[in-house]
Amino acid sequence: MNLTLHVWRQKGPADEGRMVQYEVKDVSEHASFLEMLDVLNQQLIGRGEEPVAFEHDCREGICGSCGFMINGDAHGPMPGTTVCQLHMRHFKDGDVLHIEPWRSRAFPVLKDLVVDRGAFDRIIQAGGFISVATGEAPEANLIPVPKPVADRAMDAAQCIGCGACVAQCPNGAASLFTSAKVSHLNLLPQGQPERFDRALSMVEAMDREGFGYCSNHAECEAVCPKEISIDFIARMNRDYLKAKAQRGMKTPLQT
Amino acid sequence: MATTTLDSRIPPGPIEHKWDEHKGHLKLVNPNNKRKFTILVVGSGLAGASAAASFAELGYEVRCFCFQDSPRRAHSIAAQGGINAAKNYHNDGDSVFRLFYDTVKGGDFRSREANVYRLAQVSLNIIDQCAAQGVPFAREYGGLLDNRSFGGAQVSRTFYARGQTGQQLLLGAYQALEKEIASGKVRMFPRAEMLDVVIDGRGRAVGIITRDMVTGKIDRHAGHAVVLATGGYSNVYYLSTNAKGSNVTAAWRAHRRGALFANPCYTQIHPTCIPASGDYQSKLTLMSESLRNDGRVWVPKQPDDKRRPDQIPEPDRDYFLERRYPSFGNLVPRDVAARNIKHVVDEGLGVGPQKNGVYLDFADAIQRLGRKAIEERYGNLFAMYEKITGEDPYVVPMRIYPAPHYTMGGLWVDYNLMTNLTGLYALGEANFSDHGANRLGASALMQGLADGYFVIPYTIGDYLSGHLGEKLSTETDDFRRTEAEVQERVNRLISIKGTRSADSFHRELGRIVWEYCGIARNAAGLQKALQLIPALREEFWSNLRIVGGPDQLNQELELAGRVADFFELAELMCVDALDRDESCGGHLREEHQTPDGEAQRDDEHFQFVSAWQWNGVGKTPTRITEPLEFEYVKPTQRSYK
Repeated sequence: MNLTLHVWRQKGPADEGRMVQYEVKDVSEHASFLEMLDVLNQQLIGRGEEPVAFEHDCREGICGSCGFMINGDAHGPMPGTTVCQLHMRHFKDGDVLHIEPWRSRAFPVLKDLVVDRGAFDRIIQAGGFISVATGEAPEANLIPVPKPVADRAMDAAQCIGCGACVAQCPNGAASLFTSAKVSHLNLLPQGQPERFDRALSMVEAMDREGFGYCSNHAECEAVCPKEISIDFIARMNRDYLKAKAQRGMKTPLQT
Repeated sequence: MATTTLDSRIPPGPIEHKWDEHKGHLKLVNPNNKRKFTILVVGSGLAGASAAASFAELGYEVRCFCFQDSPRRAHSIAAQGGINAAKNYHNDGDSVFRLFYDTVKGGDFRSREANVYRLAQVSLNIIDQCAAQGVPFAREYGGLLDNRSFGGAQVSRTFYARGQTGQQLLLGAYQALEKEIASGKVRMFPRAEMLDVVIDGRGRAVGIITRDMVTGKIDRHAGHAVVLATGGYSNVYYLSTNAKGSNVTAAWRAHRRGALFANPCYTQIHPTCIPASGDYQSKLTLMSESLRNDGRVWVPKQPDDKRRPDQIPEPDRDYFLERRYPSFGNLVPRDVAARNIKHVVDEGLGVGPQKNGVYLDFADAIQRLGRKAIEERYGNLFAMYEKITGEDPYVVPMRIYPAPHYTMGGLWVDYNLMTNLTGLYALGEANFSDHGANRLGASALMQGLADGYFVIPYTIGDYLSGHLGEKLSTETDDFRRTEAEVQERVNRLISIKGTRSADSFHRELGRIVWEYCGIARNAAGLQKALQLIPALREEFWSNLRIVGGPDQLNQELELAGRVADFFELAELMCVDALDRDESCGGHLREEHQTPDGEAQRDDEHFQFVSAWQWNGVGKTPTRITEPLEFEYVKPTQRSYK
């Protein structure tokens, strides 16, 4: 198939950037979307033009490196799919595709389709962990975890930190990402001692990084490649509100 | 360069006491003095992140580097199956000794017994640590940890988190690391690629040179010790299951500075991956080994059989694994399965549009157990397969073909995980020590975390304690000279201004290495590769095209630097494969097979580690050997008939 691409080109963080049109011919329906861009890039190199910079690594949908907007959809049109796992058989000859980087105040563009998602790491730093130094752990089976709880925690823990939720949200909120980590840890017995501090400080970190507020559009859930549920946002908000209310109380909240 | 003598520093005494005895006598650094030491950790996968976090918890100052935008993206994240530990939760007779035994045997008697025993010992602590961190391991209904069985073992010792065990273990280590970044004990340098290690006049590692991948700035970092946890080199084959960014550069730069590279020809080709679909193919995707529990492998007996697979009647099918290995059938070990699949495809019996795969058929299992049971077992894998190929494996048999997956070779290390260069350590897949000539499933995650959480935090103190009070400086001739060499190399790559992209060279190199140093090797082929690789390398250095300058985010420049190192590594792999005139584990020399076509070891002449010393580009490297002794597991010929 032949495609017309409009790709966001931006030389560096300070550059203004613009859309540039490219024609890609004879694309195989079996190629992945990133392989289609590889083919384009080899053509650009052949012409002495700079290839389109995009982030990618595992190309198996698990590392979370890749991601950009295709015609306004984060990771493109297929549900539950990162752009590296999106194959060209879902497009047709003559399609015109607009390819843009994640758009968010908290994700500055570094070059072309590459953005800086360091804000996600800083949210994790605020409390996305259980404090247990190497060697401190008790025997693993001393802490039983009911299977439904473990399964639910795993549903949340699957987040790959790609940033699609932020890019698709009209408010640029990071609530799905943050709530996935808060819920993963706050559901588990091991996460209880730090539960309320975690919710409080991770939500505050999210605000500090310049992400918007959640107003329940649920666009994030629709584009999440791991199909993480917005139920976790409600769970995070509940822990956050409890934590906020108890601030200044002498007796800490019971978990 | 003078020949180095290898001292593996294996402690004396019975194997079950070696590690405890050793720990009891390692020198310590006083808690108040730990902050006076800086440790550089390169790589943030399971080994690197766990080491960096553990160092910081102990009180050391740490700098951690990764080429990705976040330490959470290291390729450990892609491991699907699980992690082994000798917990014996199933009361099925597992023990530290049995895990040790299986690993030594699985490695075809080419690993170091003392290291493997320690690995089996600390496997217990790993599960405790990860569970406490909140890794959501699979649970039984009583809330206790679930296990499953994996290839090469007769007990259930594999812990897992759905099909995403590597992801969850890595996130556990990453979270511990982020906690220490927040506390200020770790300074994280994402998007930083190590381009050289700085060795001082006494042969000690004193720092590294990195390139900031956003600005192109070349930086110096000084440390009292340098820890490389930079993964394996399967991407030398171009098409592999590794992430696109996985590379050998950090380890190779260390090798060029004098670190010995051990057993480079030991590579693992995983039998069940999705075949390439065209010449644009950028990587290969693994389908978990567990599929062979219920899938039957076959090809049509007639080449070019045009019928749909379900139209081909039983008498016209060859279930070649079941035919050749009646007792193990489709469950033969990875290396045996991979060789047989390649053999039938080479004979022209391959299936699919490119005739480059064999069928992995679930029709019998679906009929026997029902579609629902198969869905429960493999639903996520079937969905992934359909996403990639557009074919529904419930209806049409899967097509699979082997792909490079893991590299057992790596930097030579002693029992303390130190390379032959003082102060330079190598952990995880980057070192060579624990898997011999073949790695068992679910053992890579175990080794990465063992090295990072429970070995290096002890052994590094023994080294550092002798260097208290030493001031760090990047303003030395050693740093200036090394930085200048890095800068010159970057400039040289940029200034070639030829006509071919780094990717096109990489693809061509990969085809050569796959053809002659892949699943099966022979002397004539390896000699041919040793002609082809240098010729292509010379073309690379005269006809490479990099568009864009060095002082910016330049993915072409990054790739070119890595491909340049893969060229030199590929040559060493072939030298090693040619030199090792025997078959063992993943290294099959066609000249050395049993009458049944199995790998035939030559213990009399090759029961040793080949550690290679760099002598310069195009120069023959020097082989230094470390003899292997097997006191506890007696070498035998593997048989799966």
